[in-house]
Amino acid sequence: MTVITNHAVRSTAHTGGTEQLVTFGVGGQIFGLSALRVRDVLRQQPLTPIPLAKPEIAGAINLRGHIVPAIDMRARLWKDGAGTSERKMCVVVEKDGEPYCLIVDSVGDVLTVELANIESAPSSLPPEWAGVTRGLYRMGERLLLLIDEEALLKI
Amino acid sequence: MDDLIVEFIAETTENLSVLDQELVRFEKAPDDKHILSNIFRMLHTIKGTCGFLGLPRLEKVAHAGEDVLGKFRDGVLAPSPESVTLVLKCIDRIRAIVDSLATTSVEGDGDDGELIAQLRATADGETPPAAGAAQAGASPSAPSAAGPTLSDEGFPVAAELLEEVARSQGAVLTVVAPSAPAAKADAADLAKSDLAKSEAHAPESRPADGAAKDKAASQTIRVSVDVLENLMTLVSEMVLTRNQLLQLIRSSEDSVFKEPVERLSRTTSELQEGVMKTRMQPIGNAWSKLPRIVRDLANELGKKINLEMHGEETELDRQVLELIQDPLTHMVRNSADHGLERPEERAVAGKQEAGTIRLSAFHEGGHVIIEIADNGRGLDTEKIRVKAIERGLATQEELDGMSDDQVNQFIMRAGFSTAQAVTKVSGRGVGMDVVRSNIEKIGGTIEFRSTFGAGSTFSIKIPLTLAIISSLIVQSGEQRFALPQIAVNEVVRVSERSEHKIESLNGTPVLRLRENILPLANLSELLRINRGSRSWQPGANTFEGYVVVCRNGSQVMGVIVDAIVASEEIVVKPLSGILGGATYFSGNTILGDGKVILILDLNGLFSSISADAEKMQPEDTFADAVEPTGESVLLFRTLAAGVKAVPLSRVHRIESFDMAKAETAQGETVVQYRDRLLPLLSLDGEGGVRQDGRQIALVFGSNDAAVGLVIQSIVDIVQADLVLQKASRMPGVAGSGIVAGHAVDIVDAGYFVERGTSDLMLEPYGAAA
Repeated sequence: MTVITNHAVRSTAHTGGTEQLVTFGVGGQIFGLSALRVRDVLRQQPLTPIPLAKPEIAGAINLRGHIVPAIDMRARLWKDGAGTSERKMCVVVEKDGEPYCLIVDSVGDVLTVELANIESAPSSLPPEWAGVTRGLYRMGERLLLLIDEEALLKI
Repeated sequence: MDDLIVEFIAETTENLSVLDQELVRFEKAPDDKHILSNIFRMLHTIKGTCGFLGLPRLEKVAHAGEDVLGKFRDGVLAPSPESVTLVLKCIDRIRAIVDSLATTSVEGDGDDGELIAQLRATADGETPPAAGAAQAGASPSAPSAAGPTLSDEGFPVAAELLEEVARSQGAVLTVVAPSAPAAKADAADLAKSDLAKSEAHAPESRPADGAAKDKAASQTIRVSVDVLENLMTLVSEMVLTRNQLLQLIRSSEDSVFKEPVERLSRTTSELQEGVMKTRMQPIGNAWSKLPRIVRDLANELGKKINLEMHGEETELDRQVLELIQDPLTHMVRNSADHGLERPEERAVAGKQEAGTIRLSAFHEGGHVIIEIADNGRGLDTEKIRVKAIERGLATQEELDGMSDDQVNQFIMRAGFSTAQAVTKVSGRGVGMDVVRSNIEKIGGTIEFRSTFGAGSTFSIKIPLTLAIISSLIVQSGEQRFALPQIAVNEVVRVSERSEHKIESLNGTPVLRLRENILPLANLSELLRINRGSRSWQPGANTFEGYVVVCRNGSQVMGVIVDAIVASEEIVVKPLSGILGGATYFSGNTILGDGKVILILDLNGLFSSISADAEKMQPEDTFADAVEPTGESVLLFRTLAAGVKAVPLSRVHRIESFDMAKAETAQGETVVQYRDRLLPLLSLDGEGGVRQDGRQIALVFGSNDAAVGLVIQSIVDIVQADLVLQKASRMPGVAGSGIVAGHAVDIVDAGYFVERGTSDLMLEPYGAAA
């Protein structure tokens, strides 16, 4: 299981040149999502499966009276499916005013990173990852992939 | 666009529809000063506001119209049909300009000179001989402009309006603005800035006459529909949460929360009712345009038509109201054009010269019923039969077996019109099918009955609101689904032991229900819900569950489910696009226990059935002799004594033919069947095929290579193992066996297919398949 190290979270008054990321782990890899897009982080909710939907659609959840489609990030990022993990979390992101729930293995800290430190993702990334990432951030020993929410939610 | 203009457009549009109605009333009661002054005041308000907002074209037209009305009011001018028509045209022009204003933000560039001149001439009393004739000529001679026509979409709109909009838009696109629009813009800007400063409200700044509006008007406010929709959603959520709370309280004795929760519950219910009420509107709003339309139609068609309206105050959800407006208008047009006869025809038929169209609306158990009845000529069933064949919608054989009522249903099919000639009003064959699909889209149904010579009545049943529907919660595997209750006819329990059980027609499930064979959709298979051995499978007779019999228009089908969970009121929410699979789901909702469930879409389920029908083609192993199986067996009698049997899976169809239409080809009796020759054969030793009356035949084979075996009667369909006990020497009979305790001859369908098709020099059956 991925444990996200407690990395420097500085409450910087000036936000110029920095970006806040919500970090989460899926299948041993750490990803980051722009904090501005994240609306909620919840424990796994009861899921209603949607028959005939695409495999990456885990189902729909009831988020305080709103029906929100849930995307299984393992299925989304590993087309052949990388199994399922026990402890699951929901990250609710917003696109065009509509909420979407991403089912991930774990949710870590919120990081504030300098934009200058975000590198472009290496071209050697597997194609299903290259399509949904917009950069790379070195987090000490580990590498964090920045998720491109728009691309991720194009299913 | 400027808020003031937006408000002006909304208000004027409302006023214009009232004006239409009032003018029609005025024409009938020219002495009613009250109506007249009401009309005058509304037009005056429009004129006044236009001047104020800097809309010169609109102002001029309204002014000219007002002049005529002023003369009516002062008694200087007596209203005549011509002058009222002219004022109505003036209203139409205003409407067109307002529409242009709404879509393009400018008044458009039309020329109103002629209309204004006519209005002035009328106002100046130049009417009687000269101008009167000119006007009388003007209205019928310009019917292409004044008459309603059909847009591509199918619903009629005033041609004039279309033309006007097209013209004004064209003008905006092509004409490089001369000085007038520029000046107009300046004026509008000026008005805007002035108003912005003073934050003036349009109602207050209206001329004095306008302020004298009904008191009721001042006690209403305009609220954006979005706000109401949002409120409705919130309240629905609250109701669901309340239900959850109530469930919790019930399970715990003596909770301190009991009393406050109950109070909350009551308040919530009242709140829900109140919010629902804000969305309700009297159906009269949807009818308001009809008197005018009927008046114009009557003039144009040379008919006398009374329009009666009952139950205008019946309320229904504004969303539903909007959706039924066009279908309703279309049906009233239909009644006026097709339904009612000309005065002379009516006189000949011994009826009053004036035909009546009666609209009525009333509530009935959570639904609104709207009836459109006319006392016209009714549907001519014979004409429909002819047309149905012409259009290739049915064959003569099929029609022969239909009742008049069934034949009449053809008018609901696409591309069907019995109007003798295509008139401007109707007869283009875009009609009732659109009406029906629009009504079904909102969960409604449409029925009609018609008596030839006495009139037709259409009856529409629609839900009060689309926001909350009652639904049947069914279960398939572990998953629950909601089925809209309005579509559910009945629920049938099926099991091996019960009266009803699911049978298989070539792997496709069917249910025999009161002499009908009902096609079934297997929900777990359609939705690929894995639920192991409990699922219904062809051949497996252990299934126990339910068949929900649903109807969609005139089609009826059954849905196989495992269990019926409950009947619940649900709040329909649209499905997120990302979820896909939308073919079978029309939305989703949250149940009282907080679970998300999907709402089944009947249109989707029905189309799955028609797709399945393709699969009902017989298998390609026809030549095989009958083998022992546990399947449905059709028992029948022929001329020779004894009961015959054939596996139902080998029977393509059972048809009844009119033998007077049979022909002879190469010594064989043949009938034309689905554009092909179908040889009719009889069992050997029974002689030929009779040449008169009606003859039942079992059709074996596929559409490409089929034969008919003539029989006397169908005995039964039973479930049995066809085991050959005794071989046969007779061609066409595989042998004898025991079915349901009786000895039967088992007919070899493959033999007949081969015999019939080789005679017809077709490719052997195997190749054709």
